[in-house]
Amino acid sequence: MSATAREKQLRGWSLVGPGLLWTIAFFLVPLFIMAAYSLFQRVGGRIVTDLSLANYRLFFEKPHHHDALFNSLEVAVVTAAVSMFLAYPLAYILAYRVPPRWQRIALVAAILPFWTSYVVRSYSWLLVLSSEGIVSKALQWTGLCDGPVAIANTRAATIIGFVHFFTMLLTLTIFANLVQIPASYRRAAADLGASAFQTFWRVTLPLSIPGVMVGAFLTLVLTLGDYITPQILGGYRELLLPQAIMLQIQRNADFPMASAMSMILMVVISAVFVIFSRWLKIERL
Amino acid sequence: MARTRFILMAMLAAAGWSAGVQTAAAAPKELNVLSWCDHTDRELVGAFEKANGVKVNLKEYDGTGVALALLEQSKPGDWDVFVVDSIDVARVVKLGLLAPLNEADFPFNDIFPQVRTPELHKVDGKLYAVPEKFGYNTIAFNKAKVDPRDMRDAAVLWNPKYKGRLAVYDYYIPVMEMVGIGLGIKPAELNAGHLKAVKEKLFAMKAHSKVVGDVVTVQTALATGEVDIIAGGGEFAVSVLHKENPNLDWMLPDQGGVRWQQAIGVFAASQKKDLATQFIKYIMSPAGQGKLATSSCYWAMPANSKATLSAEQKKVLRWDEQPKFLANSYFYLRPDEAFDKALLDTWTEFLQHTP
Repeated sequence: MSATAREKQLRGWSLVGPGLLWTIAFFLVPLFIMAAYSLFQRVGGRIVTDLSLANYRLFFEKPHHHDALFNSLEVAVVTAAVSMFLAYPLAYILAYRVPPRWQRIALVAAILPFWTSYVVRSYSWLLVLSSEGIVSKALQWTGLCDGPVAIANTRAATIIGFVHFFTMLLTLTIFANLVQIPASYRRAAADLGASAFQTFWRVTLPLSIPGVMVGAFLTLVLTLGDYITPQILGGYRELLLPQAIMLQIQRNADFPMASAMSMILMVVISAVFVIFSRWLKIERL
Repeated sequence: MARTRFILMAMLAAAGWSAGVQTAAAAPKELNVLSWCDHTDRELVGAFEKANGVKVNLKEYDGTGVALALLEQSKPGDWDVFVVDSIDVARVVKLGLLAPLNEADFPFNDIFPQVRTPELHKVDGKLYAVPEKFGYNTIAFNKAKVDPRDMRDAAVLWNPKYKGRLAVYDYYIPVMEMVGIGLGIKPAELNAGHLKAVKEKLFAMKAHSKVVGDVVTVQTALATGEVDIIAGGGEFAVSVLHKENPNLDWMLPDQGGVRWQQAIGVFAASQKKDLATQFIKYIMSPAGQGKLATSSCYWAMPANSKATLSAEQKKVLRWDEQPKFLANSYFYLRPDEAFDKALLDTWTEFLQHTP
């Protein structure tokens, strides 16, 4: 190998090295430890290191364990769908209808929810959605409902809390994608006789799919792993997987069972990544 | 170049030396306490810090399982004082976590006789923790919205009259014991054979409940009018709200209730055992007990009958009714590992159950 090639290789490693070391130390090693723990058992208040798949078997045998996974998937899919439905028009208006000088202000407004504490925001929603809250009062005042309506402490409340946050996230990823689509494409479509709808349907929408998919992927992954929102807004009416994992830790300090459940969550998230990978073009954002 | 390097090295050395000197000179005495949230009230620990020139670092937890998880991630000697449920003292002693204490150091004669419970705090005749505070997991309610007479029956927890008006405190052992009491099963007799009946009533409670959650969640639900009853609630859930809403009350049903009790001990691996013991002496003093009983996190009865409390505070804590309550309440169960797993499984099913 020539000196130049060696120098080039060395420079490459020096650039990649810190990131690689970080990933090994703070992702791969913890992941390996978690995988190993998932094969241990908690017996008599202590962790027994005999390897076994008992925790995984227990997870799939007991409906109250694996139902938590299905609940998480349902909530994540509904959240992603509703957030996407709300975020796309918002991002479209921001990218193409709002004058450039107002775009920055509109974007700041879009990311404002990210500036408040996640916990405070969730408790605020709890008050808004309670039977004494503003939503219930408004519904009664308009005559749409006879008595108090309590949305707090239900799955709907959890989804509302998630949607509030993720609509903004999706808006940003879709907006970033939309502004990169050259205006000449839309003009060319119009010159060739396409209507506004056809231009959107056949040009803008397909080209914005990567932004939608990155946002949808992030929404699904972050929703699947979130503990705070369902804990505060869901009122324990049902368990989502992160809550079921926390139960194992908080009640029994059963780290092996919690690790097995976390590994299952990791597998599900990896599967989501594989499904989305063909659209995940980060460089387009 | 050499000169620049020399200057840099000299600056680094000077900075290092000065930092070292500062650390050594300013290093305060510190005490690390692992406790329930009531000890984090600055009113409580501030007086001890001032009197002893010490900084008390508090880490709060909300269940022995969480505390054990924290301890597993800590080095021996990281912690000095442990506030733990009395019922779990023997368990943590078995794990080698607590150091023996000298009984003469603490005012045992002033502690309510029913609360001394040496069977919970002593192992092989040695004292490992001192009872410091107690209360009840029973029924808390808004007396302006429910009929208080109904609350005298533990079976009110699944009474259809209160459908949609119930919050359930998410602590499996006391609430399942309460269900047992409502079914006529004394907590000490609760066994795996009763779980089917208990589960049935838990599911009925789920159908009537609006929320299941931790102390803050159920407290918020009661305070905001979202619910009118807390199953498993007690003075710890409502006393602190008494000033804002005097209608928030609690009661022991005629069949009895569940008594919780917390104790305080010194970690076996602590390097500051004397200071830790000093802290426990302060907590057990009349002044410390008064502040602990009325901590901003939750109020409950002090173990020391000589606690410094005003007449109004004693009224809120139902001081005069304690002999009756103590006689009509049961301790937390001490299930073996298999039964504990079965209880937790049933509770998880209850949490997951959608009526």
